[in-house]
Amino acid sequence: MASFSQFGSDLYTGKRSYDIVGRRKTWYLIAVIAIVVSLVVPWLRGGYQLGIEFTGGSEFTISNVQDLDQSIATDTVERIVPDGIPRVSQVGQDGIRVQTEQLTDRETTEVQDALAEAYDVREDQVAATYIGATWGADVLAQAIRGLVIFLALAAVVMALYFRTWKMSVSAMAALLHDLLITAGVYGIVGLEVTPAAVIGFLTILGYSLYDTVVVFDKVRENTAQESHRTFTQSVNLAVNQTLVRSINTSVVALLPVAAILFIGSYVLGAGTLRDISLALFIGIIVGTYSTIFIASPMYAHLRENEPKIKQADAKKAQAAEKRQREVDAAAEA
Amino acid sequence: MARSTPVKKALRSLTWLVVLMAVLAGLNTAASVLAGNAKDDSGEWYEGASWVPELALDLQGGTQLTLAAQNTEGGSVTREQLNQAVNIIRQRINATGVSESQINTQGTNNIVVSIPGKPDKQTIDRIEAAAKLTFRPVLYTEAATNTSVGDGADSTASPTPYSPPASLQATPSAKPTNASDLNWVTPKLQDLYTNYNCAAPDDVTTAPDDEPLVTCDQDGTAKYILGPVEVSGANISNATSGLATDSQGTSTGQWAVNLTFDGTGTKDFRTVTNRLVSLQQPQNQFAIVLDGSVITAPTTNSAITNGKAQITGSFTADSAKTLADQLKYGALPINFQVQSNENISATLGTAQLVGGLVAGLIGLILVIIYSLIQYRALAFVTVLSLGVAAALTYLVIAIMSWRVDYRLSLAGVAGLIVAIGITADSFIVYFERIRDELRDGRGLESAVESGWKRALRTILASDSINFLAAIVLYVLAVSDVKGFAFTLLLTTLIDVVVVVLFTHPMMQLIARSRFFGEGHRFSGLDPAALGAVYRGRAQFRAPVVDGKRQQRSAGEAQRRQTIAERKAQQASGENGTTPDGKDD
Repeated sequence: MASFSQFGSDLYTGKRSYDIVGRRKTWYLIAVIAIVVSLVVPWLRGGYQLGIEFTGGSEFTISNVQDLDQSIATDTVERIVPDGIPRVSQVGQDGIRVQTEQLTDRETTEVQDALAEAYDVREDQVAATYIGATWGADVLAQAIRGLVIFLALAAVVMALYFRTWKMSVSAMAALLHDLLITAGVYGIVGLEVTPAAVIGFLTILGYSLYDTVVVFDKVRENTAQESHRTFTQSVNLAVNQTLVRSINTSVVALLPVAAILFIGSYVLGAGTLRDISLALFIGIIVGTYSTIFIASPMYAHLRENEPKIKQADAKKAQAAEKRQREVDAAAEA
Repeated sequence: MARSTPVKKALRSLTWLVVLMAVLAGLNTAASVLAGNAKDDSGEWYEGASWVPELALDLQGGTQLTLAAQNTEGGSVTREQLNQAVNIIRQRINATGVSESQINTQGTNNIVVSIPGKPDKQTIDRIEAAAKLTFRPVLYTEAATNTSVGDGADSTASPTPYSPPASLQATPSAKPTNASDLNWVTPKLQDLYTNYNCAAPDDVTTAPDDEPLVTCDQDGTAKYILGPVEVSGANISNATSGLATDSQGTSTGQWAVNLTFDGTGTKDFRTVTNRLVSLQQPQNQFAIVLDGSVITAPTTNSAITNGKAQITGSFTADSAKTLADQLKYGALPINFQVQSNENISATLGTAQLVGGLVAGLIGLILVIIYSLIQYRALAFVTVLSLGVAAALTYLVIAIMSWRVDYRLSLAGVAGLIVAIGITADSFIVYFERIRDELRDGRGLESAVESGWKRALRTILASDSINFLAAIVLYVLAVSDVKGFAFTLLLTTLIDVVVVVLFTHPMMQLIARSRFFGEGHRFSGLDPAALGAVYRGRAQFRAPVVDGKRQQRSAGEAQRRQTIAERKAQQASGENGTTPDGKDD
């Protein structure tokens, strides 16, 4: 794809350039709308659909099933526990998963035996899982604690590395944007939030910032150089120059995640792999977007009003104007 | 031609990599071979080494119990108490003969127990039960006879608990007057004691308090007949370890465990020691029994009237502390509640593992195809680097599985697959940097060197962020999240190692080849395709101007040059064409 590397070099030299940083108001508006939607719609829908790990309950997994009729499971469970409210889904090629309210030990054994009989499988092919409601809450509480500590540490590390807290703030803003929107997608589509989804969600943290660091490194390099560009122009050039890199790294990061998502959804069915990869898949896409359209414009926004930069920019603008006048004058002559 | 410095450096880095991998592989191979020849539980350094990493429950099937520790007296459970509880549970599970179990703490008051297979209700009840520490007088004791039951070799293979014939008398012929009374020993108990096999003990965790007990010590090296319970562990108010002091208060240099009883305990213990001190060996011993197993059976030297006992013997600082902890734990008002009981069938586990591996393979192939499209021949560097990273990861996981009992879970596998992309990202950052340098008009060799300096900084910075995320998750998170964080942590480190010791040296070496050095069309480093104006080796031109307006003004400036200026410039070859190829 020579055209793509041609595209890359055009962006590098500035022959082709997208004014991303300059149109920041548009991106801010889009981000605000997206975040509001991510917060409001799940709320209107009545909150997130939490997995059994958070609500507590019993789960039965039947493997090596010949007849995948899900109503067998519903009937069987309802016969033993009339108010068990079974939720049945297919797992993998030949598995059935039944989730119910929390059952007693005796009920669990009964349901397990009945399911084995109904589906005509050996008893050890029916796995029973029982999860107390506090378990998921513990996982979630730990995850949130981890999130907060990570954000604080990462902000400090980035501020030290880039030697400006403004890059930290912009990166964190982009990260929050990613987290809110990914969570929003879960809420809007009504995907089940499981501990595995929480893992995927936490991994977005690392990836989103990783992506931002790569771009900011170039931004720092460009803005540190003496040039005739204004600060905002320098940032925009850096974003354009790293565009191909951002696309390539994101595609390469997405491909394996997409592979897990595919296998997880179509071959294995509901479970850890699907839940981890789904959150990651959404997160990587949103993360790449936010690095380019949120983090960089915001950084330019935060810095351009600094007196020193303002002064330099004004001078550069004057010089550019002068050059332009000369060009125009020459053209007239 | 003498080797230039980059080549020397490259070869040195590659040598280090080979040495590193050889050491890891050699270590694991040696240990695996030794472990293959040795018996299980050899206790040697190589125990458990293997080329196949251990799998976690969700991949091999089994049961995972999450137990919440609860303080029966209200209040919270301390970290120390939780760790002691883990030890207790480990002993209980080992006593049931279940091998390969894993017990970890999770969060502030949870304990996660992973057991292969499906435990019966009894086993779970037993794990759940509160720890019970009691003091019982010793009636008889002797060294354990662990392998003498049955005849021939097969008896040791799967020992079963001995049960005495039902015909034997089970009630004392005369009513015992106190707990040390030998009348407790009925013919049936005597028969059980004689034939008792410490390798296959009875389930004595919940032995009744008011009856005598046949049991072993925790190592299974001695067996006992014990009288009924005389002092309950709940009456211990504290237990500490320290150096023993004599009656003058000076240190004897001997390690001791100091016990303090509460009011009831003081009274009960006084009664026991008053009686025991005058009896013959071994009846002057009292056994401290935890969950039915004897943890120690000290001899009574004097009657303890003030509720402060000191146990001395051949303690080391460590063993004294262990005993003190065990005694203190017996006084801990903790019981456990099963919070979750997850059972994964082996078939489902295998399906998950296969699914994960297939997903990894597909992901890898996609990454390779995409790299080929984007980076042409450079993709081979990517593939080789990923291969080296995979080999290193496998080695480290095999060694971790052997040394620290690491188990690869499904979340861990997912982490490894995700890592393919993140590792390949480092190569992209590097390759793009080299391309940037080429676009600026450098030759490949110098582009590799200067691109590397900048790329390394970016890679280190972004990897540190990933590393930070992984560490925070690993330290704070629980269960599955930990497995995932660990693989992320590991692969981030390996990413750096591979980029520094493999990818960069490889680039240094291939930069000298004709194919890459001259920017073959399929090399992925073709300067012409990259928009650089390249005029053969060692000829550079000034960086291209950028921005449409700048181009225009540069063009204008050119037009406004005097003829002499223009000629001079053309002669010097300094000023190339503008990027769109028009000369003016």
